Amino acid sequence: MIRLIALKELRSLFAAPSTWLMLGALQFIFAWLFLVRLDAFLQVQAQLAQVANAPGATQAVAAPLFNVLALILMMLTPIFTMRLLAEERRNQTLALLLTAPISATHIVLGKFFGLLLFLALIIVSCTAMLLTLAAGTQLDLGLVLGNALGLLLLAAAYVALGLYISALTVQPMVAAVGALAALSGLWLVEISAAGSENNWQMIAPTSHFHNFNVGLLNSVDATYFLLFSIAFLLLTIRRVNNNRIYG
Amino acid sequence: MSAATPLTLSARNLIRRSGRRELVHGISLELRHGEVLGLLGHNGAGKSTTLQMIAGALTPHSGQIEICGFDLVRQPDQAKACIGFLPENPPLYRDMRVNDYLVFVARLRRVAPGRIADMLAQAMQRCGLQEVGPKIIGTLSKGYQQRVGIAQAIIHAPDIVILDEPTVGLDPAQIRDIRALIRELGDAHSVILSTHLLDEVESVCDRVEIMQDGRLIYSGSSDDMQQYGDGKMKLEEVYIRITENHVSEEQPQ
Repeated sequence: MIRLIALKELRSLFAAPSTWLMLGALQFIFAWLFLVRLDAFLQVQAQLAQVANAPGATQAVAAPLFNVLALILMMLTPIFTMRLLAEERRNQTLALLLTAPISATHIVLGKFFGLLLFLALIIVSCTAMLLTLAAGTQLDLGLVLGNALGLLLLAAAYVALGLYISALTVQPMVAAVGALAALSGLWLVEISAAGSENNWQMIAPTSHFHNFNVGLLNSVDATYFLLFSIAFLLLTIRRVNNNRIYG
Repeated sequence: MSAATPLTLSARNLIRRSGRRELVHGISLELRHGEVLGLLGHNGAGKSTTLQMIAGALTPHSGQIEICGFDLVRQPDQAKACIGFLPENPPLYRDMRVNDYLVFVARLRRVAPGRIADMLAQAMQRCGLQEVGPKIIGTLSKGYQQRVGIAQAIIHAPDIVILDEPTVGLDPAQIRDIRALIRELGDAHSVILSTHLLDEVESVCDRVEIMQDGRLIYSGSSDDMQQYGDGKMKLEEVYIRITENHVSEEQPQ
């Protein structure tokens, strides 16, 4: 049942022309940034060669681009999560799911994995673009894959939060703005707490992605992402169940 | 309807509030196999709320619903598998094709994969949708969308079909077809429908329940209802007399 709903979400995403437009624009922007970054690296490469322990192409080109992709995901995810439940409630199609012999858990997980699969496609396509670096240099594959994994976990956290906010409202637009505000709020917490003594930045998903970004696989970060996602998924399931009680 | 026919739906003392206001006060309904029950009432009488509670889209604040012997709260999956529900606004994904949508609904309602093609063909034939199968739902006229709504409610051959104002927005020929369909459904399944249209009650329903202000004020077969008005009055007048009598009983002068 989870798979059925996930595939339906995925199919309705790909049925909309706006999705393709967004995917195309994203690939274009990412390719452009890749080119700029690569160009800058090639210009300083000669000087870097004289430095001991200089950063390689993976570290100097790929890692910063993954960081950019993390920021892009932060702005992109709310646009996709806004529809998930808010639109079902507005179009009164949620009744179909609520009266079907499936539980709220199936509905929520189906929608979560449907969108996560879609974001995974974006992450995979951008990673594939960076892997073309292998044509000219030796890549640190571990760093690239670590980054991709980190991005996937980050996307899961963003989708879970966006899904919850989408469950709170009937207006998809409100859900989009709400999710964007929540995600950028968390990001701002990280930025403003960075460098100071306190540990506030630990609540921001972006700060946990940072370790993946520099090639550090820490179980604390992975656990954080899992807990973050599970917490918001549980809240969403609760909210969908409450839909039956409060109408 | 003989008492030996198995009971498919039994709802007892349903209460539903919205804030402090009670929308439905202690409604009890029973439905037997092969019966068509019409729920009549003014706007805001609580018909839709009652049907939504029976279908499992809303939870009653108190009361019990049993569907084909399964408790809707304790065994929701088994109970809901016996229900087909058409809400007031058909729950259609406007960006999907009619075929894809109906297949999705069939799978959602746990129809065995091998039977989906048959069930789809049958539901589409019954609702007259054969020609619009590959079309996108959002491009269909209101009448066709309503028919897709009915098709999604019957595609898994449920024991109970719940239809909230099924003939709204249809032209007279379509209304005739849909009524014939409801009659046909009534032979093999149980149907409960809400309506404002009294000739609908007369032509398709075995039994009538009239709701007012969240209470059932009249219950009987549609022939009984005729007799209420000495057999001379039109059904409309009978209905108005029943509802007005009830108001004057409620507020004695």
